[in-house]
Amino acid sequence: MTAAPDVSALRMLRQVRDRIDRDYAEPVGIPALAAAAGYSTAHFIRAFHAAYGETPGAYRTRRRVERACELLRSVNLSVTEICHAVGFTSLGSFSARFSGLMGQSPSAYRAEAARRGGPAPIPGCFALMWRTGLPAPPEPAPPEPAPPEPGAPISAISEKRPGPAQP
Amino acid sequence: MIMGMSFVSVWVLNQDSAKEFYTKKLGCELTTDLKLDNGMRWLTVRPQGSTGQELLLMDPAHSMLDGPTAEQVRALVAKGALSPGVMATSDCRGDYAALSALGVEFVQEPAVRPYGVEAVIRDDSGNWFSFTQRKG
Repeated sequence: MTAAPDVSALRMLRQVRDRIDRDYAEPVGIPALAAAAGYSTAHFIRAFHAAYGETPGAYRTRRRVERACELLRSVNLSVTEICHAVGFTSLGSFSARFSGLMGQSPSAYRAEAARRGGPAPIPGCFALMWRTGLPAPPEPAPPEPAPPEPGAPISAISEKRPGPAQP
Repeated sequence: MIMGMSFVSVWVLNQDSAKEFYTKKLGCELTTDLKLDNGMRWLTVRPQGSTGQELLLMDPAHSMLDGPTAEQVRALVAKGALSPGVMATSDCRGDYAALSALGVEFVQEPAVRPYGVEAVIRDDSGNWFSFTQRKG
């Protein structure tokens, strides 16, 4: 950091980022977010990346995957339902993004969480707010021969089926 | 023995608007607003239900920090990177509704967690706090 940072620009970026956090499951495009904040898309993406170290699209994907992790750990929804609940429109892209960030498929992640058992003792907000709050990747599991069944119900996670997913 | 925190320092971008936000919106009581000889403004507020703990609303530009460091802190606050801690509430959902109506920003709505009901709130500078009603 050499030049004095532009505090008002950072505030603006933070407000857009908060909006991504709040409306993470909404299909609002990055250009619309940029326009609402008075930026051109390219400038917005550059400025966001400079401030937060990743593009707004990558940030939103990461937040969606974080929410998906939480749901996979705590509620008895199918992987497909969770995929839609956090804002992905296709199971294929959800699985791909999830695996890219977490190093395993959503189903494998859920099975792993169930095996480890119990809710994490760390407040959920900290896990969500902190970049480093992503759950530690589990120790490498032996490769699974069977491909994950996206819609398979996992009954070991929770006995009662909750209402609509909490945002 | 250590009794806890008597003051929690909150870096703010503008002490006038922070004073307004913490007293008028969050309902804190103004406890001190003093300009010291060295240029520092000692501005403290006490949350309504606090048994003694106060928030110290500090301007980095008029603090013990050197200029460039103060600018860095201001940037971190503005971009939303800093959190002074967890605010305890007796009614997370009720306060969420009342404060939202006053225009207070929440990053997360109240949600049930293993330890209680929690939302995430931002102050007018960009600081975020967990906003938690503990279970039991």
